[in-house]
Amino acid sequence: MTDNHTTPLLSLRHLSISLPKGADRALAVEDVSYDVYRGEILCVVGESGSGKSMAANAVMGLLPKGVRASGGEALFDGQDLLKLSEKQHRTLRGLRIGMIFQEPMTALNPLMRVGDQIAEVFEAHGRLNGRERQKKALALLTEVGIPQPDKAIRAYPFQLSGGQRQRVMIAMALALEPELLIADEPTTALDVTTQAQILELIRDLQRRRGMAVMFITHDFGVVAEVANRVCVMRHGQIVELGKAQEVLKHPRHDYTRALIEAIPSNVIPEARGAETDTALLEVVGLNKVFRSKGGLFKAAREVHALQDVSFSLVKGETIGIVGESGSGKSTLGRCVVRLERPDSGTLKLSGTDFMNLQGEALRRERHRVQMIFQDPYASLNPRHRVGYAIAQGPMASGISKAQAFAKAKELLALVGLGGTDDRYPHEFSGGQRQRIGIARALAMEPELIVADEAVSALDVSIQAQILELLEELKQKLSLSLLFITHDLRVAAQICDRIIVMQHGRIVEQGSAREVFLAPQEAYTRELLDAIPGRDQELANA
Amino acid sequence: MSFFARFAQNRGALIGLIILLAIIVMAILAPLVFPESPWRMVQRPFLPPMEVDGFPLGTDTMGRNVAAGLMHGAWVSLLIGLVSTLVALLIGVPLGAVAGYYGGLIDDALMRFTEFFQTIPNFALAIVLVAIMQPSVTSIVLAIALVSWPPVARLVRAEFMSLRNREYVEAARLVGQTNRTIIIRQILPNTLSPIIVLASLMVATAILLESALSFLGLGDPNVMSWGYMIGAARTVIRQAWWLSFFPGVAILLTVLALNLVGEGLDDALNPKLARERS
Repeated sequence: MTDNHTTPLLSLRHLSISLPKGADRALAVEDVSYDVYRGEILCVVGESGSGKSMAANAVMGLLPKGVRASGGEALFDGQDLLKLSEKQHRTLRGLRIGMIFQEPMTALNPLMRVGDQIAEVFEAHGRLNGRERQKKALALLTEVGIPQPDKAIRAYPFQLSGGQRQRVMIAMALALEPELLIADEPTTALDVTTQAQILELIRDLQRRRGMAVMFITHDFGVVAEVANRVCVMRHGQIVELGKAQEVLKHPRHDYTRALIEAIPSNVIPEARGAETDTALLEVVGLNKVFRSKGGLFKAAREVHALQDVSFSLVKGETIGIVGESGSGKSTLGRCVVRLERPDSGTLKLSGTDFMNLQGEALRRERHRVQMIFQDPYASLNPRHRVGYAIAQGPMASGISKAQAFAKAKELLALVGLGGTDDRYPHEFSGGQRQRIGIARALAMEPELIVADEAVSALDVSIQAQILELLEELKQKLSLSLLFITHDLRVAAQICDRIIVMQHGRIVEQGSAREVFLAPQEAYTRELLDAIPGRDQELANA
Repeated sequence: MSFFARFAQNRGALIGLIILLAIIVMAILAPLVFPESPWRMVQRPFLPPMEVDGFPLGTDTMGRNVAAGLMHGAWVSLLIGLVSTLVALLIGVPLGAVAGYYGGLIDDALMRFTEFFQTIPNFALAIVLVAIMQPSVTSIVLAIALVSWPPVARLVRAEFMSLRNREYVEAARLVGQTNRTIIIRQILPNTLSPIIVLASLMVATAILLESALSFLGLGDPNVMSWGYMIGAARTVIRQAWWLSFFPGVAILLTVLALNLVGEGLDDALNPKLARERS
């Protein structure tokens, strides 16, 4: 469809953007040229730090302080955006170029009704009068498919779900019928099923309005879903540029190939059997209810985070717990490591009752179950050297300081970070910090490790490395893992068995192969269908 | 960049530090420059500054050397400021840490106790305490400490509440560290920067409180302090301006220096944290 249009709507010509002194490189974007035509979706793909968002920010005139375009031009309909004054840029923003951001919660004003926020877009450009604005807002909300738009228009952002908020953002971006829509990771913060809906919506709107869309993402699955053309970026340079199908099926550059291979693939997991059949972890009828205290004017609220959850984990086995946000999967993990205490049920670890342990007795048994946390930046104390961070566990259980530190060094070498024990956490990258988190969990020689979204904060290629490391450690140390994730693709890669959770209940459980090939429940099928890029055959499939 | 280099980037903080060092040097040198007691009457009263050699700041209503009083008073004012802040921290930090870390009933109990102190005006309580205990350096330090710890407790409590659910704290709990180890080794170091800044402001407030107490005649009758000097000079302020002017300037400079240093510490500690978090 791009061929009918000869002149591009947006054309970046040898664009360079320089970073302030002291950044890790001089240019955020170096000599980048690409075109966006009317009626197409161009996906700009890259890992964090690749400069993929910077070019979009330059187009919008939203470069952060100290960062400026140092060369080249960005032609929008023949007009160089880089030479516009702030005022000219402002009239262009919203009117002819719309933008959607990643985090729908922070992009909306929490104290303003949704309808008024949309109306504000018209107001800023002096369009329509008050009543017409509200009417148009309602029409837009209907167009982006918000359920009960007449009610949603009076709602505050906190009353809407993440997906609904993103729809409101899209409605705002579309209000003035822009010719170009820039979407910066618009689905990254959303659940898979919501992501699928939003992608569908963007594709649909783009077709109906014949807009040009510049879609920035890190996920090749998303690319496969929406892109007409793809531009792969790395370290501020374009690695590969071409038609989506060609790039996905026949990537020419090694980096593109590596990225595509690193996606947890939709290859059907092999059947893997557990080595033994002694149950390590037995969970029967676990319940957990969170209560918020009611006040004078508000009723007490109860959230049933876990309802009658039962499963068992055999020694040496990896179970994946999959679910969307709010499904209770993290609460389950926190109950198993006893950061939370379940309300009722049984929780047994190799036969000992782990649920009713309290105080000192619990502290002594804690080493048997360890956890790998989600956020590699928050899980290490910024004031402790990493050697100490790993050694303090064994020291707490009475091992001598010298021995504990020697062990910490060994473990760091095991996770591929030998000789770094006297550094502070801020000197490591996200992936390296996650390795340190793994070493810390291993230091306690636990019987079971709970990994709570351990790779979801990482770039795909780093994600693949961490998964590989876990797989390797599993073989070497015959670990038992409880792997909590929202990403079925990741679960398929590492897990022997999969448990699917929804609203605090287990919906389905079975071997990874069964769940993938023959899902029994409608919800599981829905989750599987929502995986971006699942229908497409990628290069490595 | 070293800690001092970051601190020195703030020009004001550097100036504050220099002023503060000068005052400390003044306090240390006082017994050498003026070996005699500052209470001794050495010249005729109401001698204006620079009139007689050896009395650059003149004499007071009783013929005592103002310069000697100023230097000896520096020691008392600084001592009271630092010690009472230290005592207030010793009360406020553990209390706030325990309340913030454990939460629930313990928190409620400790916070009601704190509020009990906060509802009584600081200065009124200090006056009552000094009056009951008899004016002396010890009783003044204690009184000032007892009225200034509640803000510390509240600050530390708030910091602990936001830090206690961080993943690294949960990780420490999981490896079986005791609550005490977690409070002292994991959380407390991460609350240091706001505490240091608050403390530098508290030293300044304590000096002002002591001055105010002395002004009301509740100072230690045996030691010379800046506050006492101003208090004694208040009746003759129109005839002998220099009696209240010089100690007043000394207090002003000290408080200003401490505020500048506190601000510099804040600057030096916060960007570091920001970098580590990002």
